[in-house]
Amino acid sequence: MTDRLAVAKTYKLFIAGAFPRSESGRSEVIAGADGRVVGHSCRASRKDLRDAVVAARKALGGWSNATPYLRGQILYRMAEMLEGKRAEFESLLAQTERPPAGGPDARAQVTLAVDRLVAFAGWADKYHHVLGCQNGVSAPYWNITVPEPTGVIGVVCPPSVALLALVSLAAPIVCTGNTVVAISPASPAVVSVFGEVCATSDLPGGVVNLLTGSTAELVPHLAKHRDVDGICAADCPPELEREIRLGTADNMKRTSLRRAVDWADAQACHGPGWIEPFVEFKTVWHPIGA
Amino acid sequence: MPRATVDAVMAEQRAASFTRRSIKAESKGAALRLALSMVDLTTLEGKDTPEKVRSLCRKAADPGDGTLDLPAVAAVCVYPTLAGVARGALDALGSRGRGVKVAAVATGFPSGQYPLKVRLADVRRAVEAGADEIDMVISRGAFLAGDRRRVREEIAQTVEACGRAHLKVILETGELETLDNVRAASDLAIEALDGAGAHGAFIKTSTGKVEPAATMPVTLVMLEAIRDHYLATGRLIGMKPAGGIRTAKQAVHYLVMLHETLGVLEGGGPGSAGAKFMTPDWFRFGASALVNDLCRQIAWLERGRYMARYDFAEA
Repeated sequence: MTDRLAVAKTYKLFIAGAFPRSESGRSEVIAGADGRVVGHSCRASRKDLRDAVVAARKALGGWSNATPYLRGQILYRMAEMLEGKRAEFESLLAQTERPPAGGPDARAQVTLAVDRLVAFAGWADKYHHVLGCQNGVSAPYWNITVPEPTGVIGVVCPPSVALLALVSLAAPIVCTGNTVVAISPASPAVVSVFGEVCATSDLPGGVVNLLTGSTAELVPHLAKHRDVDGICAADCPPELEREIRLGTADNMKRTSLRRAVDWADAQACHGPGWIEPFVEFKTVWHPIGA
Repeated sequence: MPRATVDAVMAEQRAASFTRRSIKAESKGAALRLALSMVDLTTLEGKDTPEKVRSLCRKAADPGDGTLDLPAVAAVCVYPTLAGVARGALDALGSRGRGVKVAAVATGFPSGQYPLKVRLADVRRAVEAGADEIDMVISRGAFLAGDRRRVREEIAQTVEACGRAHLKVILETGELETLDNVRAASDLAIEALDGAGAHGAFIKTSTGKVEPAATMPVTLVMLEAIRDHYLATGRLIGMKPAGGIRTAKQAVHYLVMLHETLGVLEGGGPGSAGAKFMTPDWFRFGASALVNDLCRQIAWLERGRYMARYDFAEA
């Protein structure tokens, strides 16, 4: 007998550094391209979202006070861990995602995602110098503007390019000291395994929280949540963009809505323009002295 | 009288079962408001200042900071030296403030390891300063050494020193080791209060200075002691779990436990003993962070959106 039962994985949520099932108990079957069951995933509820925001808020103090150098080191380690899980990601992407027309195939997607983490690992201790400045004033003091993290940011991923889009949206937000609650409607298996990358990279629990399930169900609650400081979304359907705009207006969250992003375009996706929407600028005067 | 014993395994299981009731939105709204009206908003730190107590009093009179129509809490709970400040601050807040009681922890809180004369003087001073309620600590050392008579005597003398003020007896269950001891201490305290003719008296779990503070099994055992005393004598004793109750969800679990243990007495209808037990006259939560979580949950029910940490002021 060489047959043995397959060990089908339950792809869980990633909240506060742990892998819980949805509190609602809901799960969905992940069907592969050939119709076979690849595994099961969790369908997050609004209470999971609430828990994720609490975790992100709790993690914010420690993460935003960590040195930029340390944040860069940890992002680089995430790139290393992702590279180490390349085979698993490539296989899952091939099984669960139809490559978008003209988009990167599974192999290219993993390569680009690793590169993107490396790029923002580098930005972690350099973005201040690009986005901040010493202002020219004619007075006996220095006038300096520095960027600081905005806080807890909700990330709404597009329905395809599961790995690369998630990494491209989250890495620039996390590298400055923000914490993230990401909701992805794309392949839940890929998103959940990315949680394993985060969990093994010395990233403190709660800095990145990953929810899989229905964006139509979760995003309105994320947008209205008053303890979320910003929302970053890409390729959202128009009705969801409307929900985001209405919800974020309530407490004036920073909002960045992007459309038709070419995730494979390194030139376009590696720049500080992805960091800038979720930093707050603080300007200080400092006496020059004698 | 034979001592009642407690089946610790079943007490744990019974207590855990109260956390699994399905509560519909309408009942939840009523429960959250009831819980808010039962809070003894507490600050018991060495660094407490008069201004901190005034700020606590503003929070007590209007927990929702004017943004929600919420009941005032039952009382503010402070150290004896600040009781006068609290009474003055509450009276200055108009009718909402005047309805809030001032509770002072006295009798050498939190250890109780002082001569009885000093502890009684502490009580009298607090009552003179305007405290409506006194939270006393029992001598746990005497209780554990088996000196039940001394504990009973101390409670009786403290009742006398309280005068018109209501007395709450803190058992400090975190130091009593077993549920059997919790039950024995509860029975002893109830008997002493009853014997001394105390009116509107409570038994209370903890000072909040010892871990574990209030837990559901401990509170259940104390509620059962109150129930058995009521069934034997027809007289009511209040209950105050204190310490460690931080979330609205926990508070609702405690209310479920209260309802199913005492709230159903005499059928629980209007005017029944059960209905009386379900009021701030006979049940309190000793807490501080709980108030803002209750406000946030009530706001969620009314507005359909989660609130930010800064939406309600810290006390």
